[in-house]
Amino acid sequence: MNRVPSVGAMTGALLCICLASGAAPADTVLTHRDDLSEKDKAKVSKVMPPPADFGQSEPFEPMQGGAGTSRKRPDRDAFSRSDANLTFEEQHSFKVGNGLFKKLWASSPSSTQASDGLGPLYNARSCQGCHLKDGRGRPPRPGDEAVSLFLRLSIPPQTDDQRQALADRRILSVPEPVYGGQFQHFAVPGLAGEGRFDIEFEEIVVPLAGGETAVLQKPDYRIRDLGYGEMHDETMISPRVAPPMIGLGLVQAIHPGDLAALADPDDLDGDGISGKLSRVRDPNTGDLTIGRFGWKASNPTIRAQTADAFSGDIGISSPDRPDNFGDCTGGQHACRALPHGEQAHLGVSEAPDPVMELVTFYSENLAVPARRDVDDPQVLEGKEVFYRAGCPACHQPKFVTSRAADNPAHRFQLIWPYSDFLLHDMGEGLADHRPVGNASGLEWRTPPLWGIGLTEAVNKHTRFLHDGRARNLLEAILWHDGEAKPARDAVVALTPADRRSLIRFLESL
Amino acid sequence: MKSFKFGLLAATALFATPVLAAAPADVLSTYGDIAQAKFTDSLGTAKALEAAVDKLIAEPTEANLEAARAAWIEARNPYQQTEAYRFGNAIVDDWEGKVNAWPLDEGLIDYVDVSYGEESEENGFYTANVIANPTLKVGGETIDATEITASLLADTLQEAGEVESNVATGYHAIEFLLWGQDLNGTDAGAGTRPATDFDPANCTGGNCERRSQYLKAATELLIADLEEMVTAWTPGGAAREDLAAKGDAGGLATILTGMGSLSYGELAGERIKLGLMLHDPEEEHDCFSDNTHMSHYNDVVGIRNVYFGEYKSPLGNDVSGVSLAEMVAEKDPALAEEMKVKLDATLAAFEAMKTRAEGGEAYDQMLGEGNEEGNAVVQTAVDALVDQTASIERVVKVLELDEIAFEGSDSLDNPGAVFE
Repeated sequence: MNRVPSVGAMTGALLCICLASGAAPADTVLTHRDDLSEKDKAKVSKVMPPPADFGQSEPFEPMQGGAGTSRKRPDRDAFSRSDANLTFEEQHSFKVGNGLFKKLWASSPSSTQASDGLGPLYNARSCQGCHLKDGRGRPPRPGDEAVSLFLRLSIPPQTDDQRQALADRRILSVPEPVYGGQFQHFAVPGLAGEGRFDIEFEEIVVPLAGGETAVLQKPDYRIRDLGYGEMHDETMISPRVAPPMIGLGLVQAIHPGDLAALADPDDLDGDGISGKLSRVRDPNTGDLTIGRFGWKASNPTIRAQTADAFSGDIGISSPDRPDNFGDCTGGQHACRALPHGEQAHLGVSEAPDPVMELVTFYSENLAVPARRDVDDPQVLEGKEVFYRAGCPACHQPKFVTSRAADNPAHRFQLIWPYSDFLLHDMGEGLADHRPVGNASGLEWRTPPLWGIGLTEAVNKHTRFLHDGRARNLLEAILWHDGEAKPARDAVVALTPADRRSLIRFLESL
Repeated sequence: MKSFKFGLLAATALFATPVLAAAPADVLSTYGDIAQAKFTDSLGTAKALEAAVDKLIAEPTEANLEAARAAWIEARNPYQQTEAYRFGNAIVDDWEGKVNAWPLDEGLIDYVDVSYGEESEENGFYTANVIANPTLKVGGETIDATEITASLLADTLQEAGEVESNVATGYHAIEFLLWGQDLNGTDAGAGTRPATDFDPANCTGGNCERRSQYLKAATELLIADLEEMVTAWTPGGAAREDLAAKGDAGGLATILTGMGSLSYGELAGERIKLGLMLHDPEEEHDCFSDNTHMSHYNDVVGIRNVYFGEYKSPLGNDVSGVSLAEMVAEKDPALAEEMKVKLDATLAAFEAMKTRAEGGEAYDQMLGEGNEEGNAVVQTAVDALVDQTASIERVVKVLELDEIAFEGSDSLDNPGAVFE
C-alpha cells in the first residue's frame, strides 16, 4: 500500500501531503501519467490530497461520478440511468443495450431465431435477472431459489500442463472436470440442471464498545441433487452475488499507473496493507494487463466481463466466447448434443455483433448517482471517522481518470469510487480458499463503495460482501479481517455515536 | 454535444439580445401550454375510457368490449404525444413509469397461454396471476390480494420482486385486459379476449369479477396519475416552476433534449431498432392491441408540435403560440428549413408505416424475419429519426445551448459543479 495515509500515520501523512502539494512540482509527482500535460498534472495534484478539514465537504464531492453523475431523484431507478454527459447517439446505443440487457433469451430452437441460444445450462435467462435494477444481488430468501447468487467451481491443478497454463495466466483456475467453472442450477427443457445448494448460517456474536453487540451470520454452502454425478473430491467453491453495474466505464478509465502506484504487494512501507495488482491476459491482445472487474479482479475489461457473463451465466456465446454450449463440459454429453442458437445467416455465435458491443456500451455507461447530504454534520463526522479508522488505505477515495480513455465521456473525470481495485488478504472468515489467477484463497478485490447507500432504495435489501452474508453495512465492516483487521478493530472500539456517523457517511455515498 | 459544460457568458449574451421577436419566455410558455393541453386531453380521453370500461363491466357484450378498445386507442393518441416532455422534465421522468411501463410479463396479471411458459427462474411473479389468486405466495412472501385495489397494483405489484417487467399499472396493463395475449407471433392478428371474460354469468377464463375489479382499479389509477400531471402543468404548477427555474437557456435546452432523446435513443433505439435487429414480436410497444404504429406515430407528432408550437387537440384544446421553430428561423433560416424538411421526412416515414399497418400488415409483422419490405419500412423510419436528431443537434449549437449541462446544472457554484 503506497501513497495513501494509513491508520496511525493519518495526521502525519496529512501534514506531509500539505507540505508536498506546495513544494513538489507536478512533473515529479505524477510521472506515470503519460496522458496528462504539466498543467493537468498540477490540477490533479491539487485535487487528490485527502481533505485537510472535515468541517465541510470537498470541492466536487457530490458529483462522485464526475460529469456523468446522475442528479436525478435517488429512487428505485437510481442505478439505471445513463451517464449524464452522453450524446444523443450514445444514448441510442445505451438504450438498445438496455433492451438487450433486459431481454429474456429463449431456448433453441425458437420462432425468433435471433433471440434463442439460452443455456443449455444457465443461472439466469437475462442479464437483468441477476443484476436486478442494475443493482446488487443477494442470497436467496428462505424458500426461494438462488438467482443473483451462484457458485464458482474449480479444482487444484492436476497436471504439469495445467500448472503451466496457470503460471502463464492462460487460465486463471482449473474448472471442475464435469461441472465446469460455474454451478448452473437451471437447464433448458429436457436437460437436468447441475443441482441445487443450501445455505446454512452459523451465528457469531461480536461485542462492540459502548455495550452494543452485533450478530454476524457465517454461511455454509451444501451442494445437493447433483445432476451429473459426483464432483471431483478436491472441488473448491466460491459463492458470488451480482455486483452493482454503476460507474464501470469510469473504473475502466482509471490510468493503469494510478493502480500500480497504489500496489505494495510485499508491504515495503510496512503499514500492514499490501495491495496486489491482479495480472490477467487481455483476450484481445493476449498481453498481460491489470484485472479490475469482478470480486477477484479477474477481468481486465468490461467487454471481457460481459462475454464471460453471457457465456457462463446465460449460456449465450459471443464472438469473444464462441462456444455455443457455454459451460457445458465434454463430460456433459446430453448437454452438448442439444440444438444451439447460432444462425449462419445472422452471424457468428448466438449473440453476434452488435449485441456484444451494445451490451458492453450499456454496461460502461450506467451513471453513478450523486451523493446526498455531503454537508450534513453527521455525514462529515462519519467521513472523518472513515479516514481516522484507516478505511481509505484500501477504499481509496478518488482518482482522476485518464485523458486517453476510449469514451470521451469518461476522460479526465474526478471520480470517487472508494476502492484501489487491488487484491487484499481479508482473513480467514471471508476466505473462499479458491485461488484465481494471482488472487489467493484469502484475497479479494476492494469493491467500490459509491452508490452503496442506495442499495435499499434500488434493491430493497442491504446485503453486502461477495456472497451477501452481511445484512447491513456494519456487519460488512465487522467481517473485515486480515490486512483490514486494524481498521475493523478501530470501528469496534468506536463510541456508538461515532459508529452511527460512520454508517451515515457510507449511506450518503 | 460531446461536452455539456456550462457557458454562462455565451448563453447570457444570446438572451440579452433584445431584437428577437420570438422571445425565449414566450417559447417556453407555449411549451408549457402544449403540455397542459396534451395532459388534459390524455385525462379527458382516459375518462371516456373509464366510462366505456364501466359499461363493459355492467354489460359485458362484444360491442361494449369493442367500444372500450376503441376508447383505449383514442386515449393513447394524446398521451403518446406527451412523451416529448420526458428526458429533461424530471417531474415527468419520475412519473411516466407508472403509466407507460413496458414490456410486461402479463402472467402476473391474468391467465396466459401455455406457450408463455409456466415459470421464470428470475421472476417469481411470472405466472402469479393476481386475478385468479386472492393470496399470492412468492419466494416465501405472502401477498393479500383479496381486494384488487389501486393501492395493491401501485404499491405492491408494480415492479414486484424488483423485476421491471412486473408491470401492474398503466396503459399496457389495461391494454392486456382489453385484448389478451397476441399469440400470432409475427403473423396477422392481435389479442382476442372474449367479452365473456368480464361476464360473471357466463364467465370464460375464470374469475370474471376479479378481472373486472382489476380493470376498474387500473383505469382509476391511470386517471389519478394523469390528474397529477395536469396539475403539474397548470400555470403555477410544479412542472412549470421547475422549467422556469432553469432559466431561458436551460428551458430551451430541456425542449431540445426531450426532442433529441425521444427521437434517437428511445424511439429509434429501444422501441424500434432492437425489435428489428432481433425480429422479435415481443419487442412491440403496444403488442396486445397491435396499435404500435399509432404509438410510434404519435411520438413523432408530439416532437413536431413541441417544435412548431402548434397542437391540434381531439377535445378542442388547440394551442398555437410562439415557437422554437420561429426562433431558429430568425437566427438561421437555412437551418430552420433543414429542420422542417427533416421533421417532414420523419412524419412521412411514419405515415408510411401507419398506412401499411392500416392496410393489414401490423407492426409486429413488419419486424418479421424475411419480410424485406416490412423491415425496410421500419428501417426507413429509424433512419429518418437519426437524421432529424443531427439537425436537432445543430439547432442546439446555433442557439448556443451546447454548453449547457442537460441534467439541469445551471450555475458554476452549485452542487453539480464538476472538476475539469
